[in-house]
Amino acid sequence: MKEMSRIVKTVTNFVYGFIIIFGFYIIAHGHLTPGGGFQGGAVVGSAFALLLISYGSLNSKKFLKKDILSLFEGFGLILFIVLGFSGLGITFFYNFLANSGGWFGNAAVIGVNPGNMNTGGVIPLMNIAVGLEVLSAFGVIVLTMASAAEFTKKKENS
Amino acid sequence: MNLSNHIPILIIAIPLLAAFLVPLIGRINKKATGILTTLALSVSLILTIVLAVKILTVGPQVYVFGATSPSLTLPSGLKFPIRIMLQIDAMGIFMGLITAVVSFVGAVYSLIFMKQHSGLDKYYSLLLLLTVGVFGMEFTGDVFNFFVFLEIASIASVALISFRGIDLGEPAEAGFKYMVVSSISALVVLFAVGIFYGQYDLLNFAALASVIKYSQLDKIALGLLIPVLAMKAGAVPMHMWTPDAYSEAPAPITMMLVAASQASLYALFRVVFSLYNISLNVLTVGWIIIIFGLLSMFIGVTMAIIQKDIKRLMAYHAISQTGYMFLGVGVGLAVLANPVALNQYGITAMEGGIFHIMNHAMYKGLLFLTAGALFFRTGTKNLDKMGGLAHSMKYTTIFFIIGAAAIAGLPPFNGFASKILIYESVYRFNPLLSIIAMVVSILTLASFVKVFHSAFLGPKLPQFKEVKEVPRSMVFAMAVLSCIIIFFGLFPDLIVKNLVHPAVMSLIEQFKYTGTVLGGM
Repeated sequence: MKEMSRIVKTVTNFVYGFIIIFGFYIIAHGHLTPGGGFQGGAVVGSAFALLLISYGSLNSKKFLKKDILSLFEGFGLILFIVLGFSGLGITFFYNFLANSGGWFGNAAVIGVNPGNMNTGGVIPLMNIAVGLEVLSAFGVIVLTMASAAEFTKKKENS
Repeated sequence: MNLSNHIPILIIAIPLLAAFLVPLIGRINKKATGILTTLALSVSLILTIVLAVKILTVGPQVYVFGATSPSLTLPSGLKFPIRIMLQIDAMGIFMGLITAVVSFVGAVYSLIFMKQHSGLDKYYSLLLLLTVGVFGMEFTGDVFNFFVFLEIASIASVALISFRGIDLGEPAEAGFKYMVVSSISALVVLFAVGIFYGQYDLLNFAALASVIKYSQLDKIALGLLIPVLAMKAGAVPMHMWTPDAYSEAPAPITMMLVAASQASLYALFRVVFSLYNISLNVLTVGWIIIIFGLLSMFIGVTMAIIQKDIKRLMAYHAISQTGYMFLGVGVGLAVLANPVALNQYGITAMEGGIFHIMNHAMYKGLLFLTAGALFFRTGTKNLDKMGGLAHSMKYTTIFFIIGAAAIAGLPPFNGFASKILIYESVYRFNPLLSIIAMVVSILTLASFVKVFHSAFLGPKLPQFKEVKEVPRSMVFAMAVLSCIIIFFGLFPDLIVKNLVHPAVMSLIEQFKYTGTVLGGM
């Protein structure tokens, strides 16, 4: 995959950070607003796809490493299942942090409220785990597709 | 923390945790992945046996996710369950035992069988996820989560079927075929779930079963569910994916795929018996299932006779044997509304059909493993190119004889036990069905005599001079299945009385299933 014109690359430079920040916003506010781990992770993944398309697969492999992304993927999954296991004192997936007062432990106000981040118990943590998993999985998928495209091109040329 | 209450979820969660740990462990040590998988699946096997003892002595178990107590199905006086739950009765744990044994044996067999392949961390991770999916389909008490676990199992098996290599062509084609089939079936299952949810605002099996009215929409949902679940189980008009998928997947995965398609079969029985039960027009639906069974039995076996690829031949036999399960349970369903006939032969027919599920998983698994052993040593699946292997592979030959005798229904092995139950009871329902079943059994024997003759008998071939017996862990995996087959064949009454009969009764008596969730209703 070749890199695209300077216009595309400049626009990518502008919006790349914003897309990622927006993705993380959706992940972090998953328990309050529409969206969540998967949706936010997909937004971040789309930023990776943008980078890959505009800079070409050879250049973007300097920023995006498949190895590191798949490591993050594993961490995200393990974080999620460990959160499930840690409720096992009562039941699997029990929300042991909710209403405990600590991290994410504040009780949600019933009725109109400003949307306190500090609520939801393990649900924001699970959103973060899912977000981490999804964004790195998207990165891996996009990179794999790019290298497969290169592979077929080489085959056709030879 | 009392762990014994958490056994139902631990059976699913431990392989899941291992599935996520395997890729990380694989970065450090490639060999450890297989050992970790085997360990996780052996823990799961032990827990399944413990749970089976508990269920058969105490009664059905529920496990509610995220509730303040694992058995709290109706929090604060609600009339219907709101949480996700596992609900395991005698039938569910019967299927769970099959899955646990098959996945454990498959993992042990894979240790050496898959050694030369690259990407083993992904292989074991997917194998564990497939096990999780199949366990989930059997244990879940919730129609939507059934769909979720169906998808997990399907996606994992698609990747595993084409694991031998995308560039080889045939595995990729088989994987693609299975992907199309399973996405269609998963979407249709989701549509049926949507119909239930739209009508009753419920997703729980038991709660749905207590209110279902067999309205026009329910009939549509049933009409959607029966064909797609039969398709996933490999019944005949929709069997086109089975030969490809079974023959192209690595041998231990083929064995797991048999268990996965039986989980779909289980879901079909669960929908028909536990969800609709007597509200159904049982005679019509029963006959539809019987006809599925007849077609599968007959077309499966006739297609098998002409095959030259050993695994493809066995795959067609798998279709044919699925027909026996459909036949037995279909007869039970057809007489469900008639208590006299049900007691006279309906229950026996169902016992035969359900017992055949377990027997089939064991001997078909064994046969696929022997085919894998032949492929491992000779590098071919073509029967015309094999010959004289009994000289060099003695254990494999013995295991093949046991498996072939069991599938053909010869007396000291387990296939005989379940087939005689089916023949005798189905004969009282309709003699013709029983005769067809016997003819199919004879054809099965003929076909396996052919395989035995062309692969094992004859003089030692020069090109297979170097062939040795397969390594010990593969022999161990096959020996476990052979011991189970012989044990079931020698003491069938023990198994039927303690395992199969409770499973059949929990299918027939709908209130037993709903009562565990909804209390004394």
